[in-house]
Amino acid sequence: MSRMTMTQKILAAHAGLSEVKAGQLIEADLDLVLGNDITSPVAIKEMEKFTKEGVFNKDKIALVPDHFVPNKDIKSAENCKCVREFAKRNSITNYFEVGKMGIEHALLPESGLTLPGDLIIGADSHTCTYGALGAFSTGIGSTDMAAGMATGKAWFKVPSAIKFNIVGKPSKWVSGKDVILHIIGMIGVDGALYKSMEFVGEGIRNLSMDDRFTIANMAIEAGGKNGIFPVDDIALTYINEHAKGKKYTVYEADPDAEYDEEYTIDLSKLTPTVAFPHLPENTHTFDDIDDIKIDQVVIGSCTNGRIDDLRIAAEVLTDHHIAEGMRCIVIPATQKIYMQAMEEGLLKTFIEAGAIVSTPTCGPCLGGYMGVLASGERCVSTTNRNFVGRMGAIDSEIYLASPAVAAASAVTGKISQPSELGL
Amino acid sequence: MKAAKGTVFKYGDNVDTDVIIPARYLNTTDHSELAKHCMEDIDKDFTSKVKAGDIIVADKNFGCGSSREHAPIAIKASGVSCVIAKSFARIFYRNSINIGLPIIECEEAADNIKAGDVVSIDFDTGLITDETSGKTFTGQAFPPFMQKIIDSEGLINYINSKE
Ligand code: SF4
Repeated sequence: MSRMTMTQKILAAHAGLSEVKAGQLIEADLDLVLGNDITSPVAIKEMEKFTKEGVFNKDKIALVPDHFVPNKDIKSAENCKCVREFAKRNSITNYFEVGKMGIEHALLPESGLTLPGDLIIGADSHTCTYGALGAFSTGIGSTDMAAGMATGKAWFKVPSAIKFNIVGKPSKWVSGKDVILHIIGMIGVDGALYKSMEFVGEGIRNLSMDDRFTIANMAIEAGGKNGIFPVDDIALTYINEHAKGKKYTVYEADPDAEYDEEYTIDLSKLTPTVAFPHLPENTHTFDDIDDIKIDQVVIGSCTNGRIDDLRIAAEVLTDHHIAEGMRCIVIPATQKIYMQAMEEGLLKTFIEAGAIVSTPTCGPCLGGYMGVLASGERCVSTTNRNFVGRMGAIDSEIYLASPAVAAASAVTGKISQPSELGL
Repeated sequence: MKAAKGTVFKYGDNVDTDVIIPARYLNTTDHSELAKHCMEDIDKDFTSKVKAGDIIVADKNFGCGSSREHAPIAIKASGVSCVIAKSFARIFYRNSINIGLPIIECEEAADNIKAGDVVSIDFDTGLITDETSGKTFTGQAFPPFMQKIIDSEGLINYINSKE
């Protein structure tokens, strides 16, 4: 009798094995290989060293220039040119030019390129996002990306897993970001090192797809190899809408699968959570947050730049104005989300509140452009990392929070939750 | 590379890829350009002091954060011959093997070796010798499959040799 986790089942199927065990080294077939404008140029250079030319499958590679795009300087323009020409030379189907692009981890699910049961590698650490749809997806580096594009295969060490049993229903201003920050605060930034994080339980039906993307996205922030959710009705509805007609396989963990650890997370007990500088594990809830004045708010990124996130931020900002001296930067994660936000009137709400709205880009999330911090400045951000210097000067500070907290903080000028606005 | 010897630079827990090579320099892929900014945000003297062969010793979760291969590339291009840590973040670990930067997990070595010590490492046996204190430690050996990638000096050469 097999006793595999959901992740192990997907890996076994892609390695052509009936069973795999934690710790086993396998070679597996890939369904999708992803790269961006920072990691792809390194991979493309590596590709030249192969004795065999070309890519394994032009339809199973996704190239998404998103970090410094539209290009912020000449060097990043050269990088994008390198990716663009490579895509053309190899007739890559899924190359996303400015105008079509978005932040990769919001864009690929929305484009129907990440399906349940798929095995996906991406030269970007937040590739783990697609676990929200029941795929095994994990971040790798540029050399693995090159090898994946050339051969369609990658080596893996089969991970063991931690099970998070989600129960209950979250209160109004608690979202996926609070769930994952709570978990990282509990287990630490290496709490899931080398492991899968499997999120199960009756409570997941109270988490929207966008909540799940946020949660899976930050598995890497606990050191996890991947984060994964079972495929339920909510996931199937999303897939039918975005990947109509495509074939996929739904895997389930065996009932007696082995887990290294198990935790129960009661959503009804969670409150808005903020990660203080300089690690995502430095979490605080509002019972122990003093007045902390801030200079900037960023609402966006592959973690929280989706439509649900923008709706929540707009709801908080309606009939409010951002504080004097505050900069509030809103970045819809994809063109589609941007359009949707426009049609729903959310962009108007942001602009009326005194925020700015940018075209999709990673931009400030990694201190690239569009909101870099000066020394001593503080930012409340819906992104995923608050490392030293991540968003600018090495003595600037990043506080990670949900869109609700970010929007409320923009209004008050200090770290705040929506209840402080009477919401 | 079968052995390494050099002076130790010592760091703590969770040295992340943003301090190893800040994103503001990721608009280039040039190895020597990257090396010029290696460790800049955690140790501004690193680039002026590091010599070929030197060794980085750190506590747990070294290399956490982004998947940027620019991080192990910057370390390797600075001349560092090996990184010893209590544990490595998994993408960094993979990337290091794939580009041929030797890395070793060893708790005891990380606890005992001090900054400025001269340390030598034998990669065949995993033996780490702190020549300043005279202490020795045994690092975890690689599984044979990974050893083959390292012996081929990286994943691409390994794949080429199989064809
Ligand atoms: S939004 Fe930030 S974390 Fe996400 S892919 Fe872009 S740089 Fe990386």
